[in-house]
Amino acid sequence: MTAVDSQNAMDAGLATDTAAPPAKPERRNPTPYLLSLPALALFAVLLLVPLAMTLLLSLNSFGFYTGIQDVWQLGNYTDIFTDSYFHEIFLRTFRIAFVVTLLSAVLGAPEAYILRRMHSPWRGLCLLIVLGPLLISVVSRTLGWALLFGSTGIINTALMSVGLIATPIEFMYTETGVIIALTHVLVPFMVLSVWASLQRLDPQVENAAMSLGAKPFTVLRRVVLPQVVPGILSGSIIVFALAASAFATPAIIGGRRLKVAATLAYDEFLNTLNWPLGAAVAILLLVANVVIIVGCNRLIERRYKQVFE
Amino acid sequence: MPYLVLDKLTKRFGQWLAVDNLSLTVEKGELISLLGPSGCGKTTTLQMIAGFLDPSGGRVTLDGADLLAKKPNERGLGIVFQSYALFPHMTAAENVAFGLEMRGIPRADRDRRVREALELVGLGAFGDRYPRRMSGGQQQRVALARAMVIKPNLLLLDEPLSNLDAKMREEMQIELRRIQRTVGTTMILVTHDQAEAMALSDRVVIMNKGKVEQVAAPQDAYDNPASAFVANFLGRTNLLQGTVRHDGGAARIDVAGTAWPVGPNLPAGPGVLTVRPEKVSFVDGAGVSGLVQARVFQGTQWLFEIKTEAGPLTVIRQHDGQVLPAENERVTVGWRAEDMRVMSGSVGGA
Repeated sequence: MTAVDSQNAMDAGLATDTAAPPAKPERRNPTPYLLSLPALALFAVLLLVPLAMTLLLSLNSFGFYTGIQDVWQLGNYTDIFTDSYFHEIFLRTFRIAFVVTLLSAVLGAPEAYILRRMHSPWRGLCLLIVLGPLLISVVSRTLGWALLFGSTGIINTALMSVGLIATPIEFMYTETGVIIALTHVLVPFMVLSVWASLQRLDPQVENAAMSLGAKPFTVLRRVVLPQVVPGILSGSIIVFALAASAFATPAIIGGRRLKVAATLAYDEFLNTLNWPLGAAVAILLLVANVVIIVGCNRLIERRYKQVFE
Repeated sequence: MPYLVLDKLTKRFGQWLAVDNLSLTVEKGELISLLGPSGCGKTTTLQMIAGFLDPSGGRVTLDGADLLAKKPNERGLGIVFQSYALFPHMTAAENVAFGLEMRGIPRADRDRRVREALELVGLGAFGDRYPRRMSGGQQQRVALARAMVIKPNLLLLDEPLSNLDAKMREEMQIELRRIQRTVGTTMILVTHDQAEAMALSDRVVIMNKGKVEQVAAPQDAYDNPASAFVANFLGRTNLLQGTVRHDGGAARIDVAGTAWPVGPNLPAGPGVLTVRPEKVSFVDGAGVSGLVQARVFQGTQWLFEIKTEAGPLTVIRQHDGQVLPAENERVTVGWRAEDMRVMSGSVGGA
């Protein structure tokens, strides 16, 4: 009885298969597109439209007495490319971003490794401390750094009272200060990224290396590090992008004296009211960031294709 | 003189005794299996020998030297992990070469030995492959080659075949046995698979709850289980509840109205009779009577579930053309006195 039933079911299945038009696979299922429509709309309205408007704005010209002129020209870009004042600011932006990235990697990767080796109650606690800064507003965190950094701030007062330095170290309005504060802000991203790649590591692999005669440092250098390099590099991309486009920290610690691309764009928009020039700075920052990040990503993908697929 | 000696090895995790006073000696060139259900302490024992866990008490000596005094990277042991634990960023050849590199073997010598090791496991042409691009069986072989190439004085295998499919596992068992015969390395194999342990080992150590139940050659352990646990763990067995009685000089056990002779050393009182399903046959004369509840055809054999007064009884008969009872038929079964074992105690407590 059951055999007959299943035979019938099979026949029915065959029938529908042959009856179905052969063009069926070509007809696209609209559901995924419909489901992603709200997100796409949001993306278009809030990102693509402003971006396009900024691009158009950067082609306009500006005069002190005439305001924004609705003309299309590349004057703002030639200004930036020919003026050493802008060169210095862009150079400083990427120098800061590079040093911050390097410091984040040097601090964050060992931090993530040590965190992974910690035991139950301490691990959660330390992870919370590391990620804690992300829960606090960038502005209040940076103002905290300003309190520490000032010439009568805690760091300088302490160092002077101990007698290590005679005159206060300049942190405020210097690159050093901006780099320290930005590193503090961005290290959690590196820790998270390295942490994620450490999670994919088979803990037995370290034991295997040890059983083959490798000393603990050799295990770290030859076995653990190569496997977390992709994590360090992707963390670096995040940190670099955020450091190069950071605004609040350079604005507070760097002030008006030590400008970076983001604060420059801000000042052009709000102080000199030269919107087209500010837009050009913003576009150039975006393009430079994208070029650097895509380049790095290509490098990682090619170099580590074999390790993680 | 024994090669590896575990002396009262103990490991405690908080209140829980993972390994309890384990003592064992292994001869040079022997392949010995630690066999038991999960949580019996076999892997913990292996980890202590390897040095990844510190024992709470006891001693381990290898060839007369204290092993516990050495760091894991100084013990010179080869280990094959359950997950293989290959270095994913290195090719098969680089994986195998790692141990030699750590020993500072010169390049030319190293290359030759890596090639030999890969050929030994049948992967001569796969040196340039990354582990990701290899099948489970191939990765397993690389792990084995990596552990063997350093010529370890002891090779530890932690469930090495459990991630392979049945057919591959059988092939690897034969392969492993062949390699062990050729190279003569002393090996300790941890497994929960009794068929694997029996197929590979010179001796099996059957463990339960951190304690050794029996150490014996596979066939000995199967035929003469030291406890009901061993009898049950190694293959199928029947446990029948009975009563041991002493009548003058002779002792016997009464099971479901039949009497079977037992050794005089067994104390009177409740006893458990164990007999393997394939040793039980249908008889015409005296024996345990019961009702066939189910009969299942398994290709080469028939399996019968028989309900008796002393509890359920499984019988396995070869499919050799003999007339066999049908379901719901009353039958009488019997076995040779030398095929059964009797232990004091009751089935529930065993």
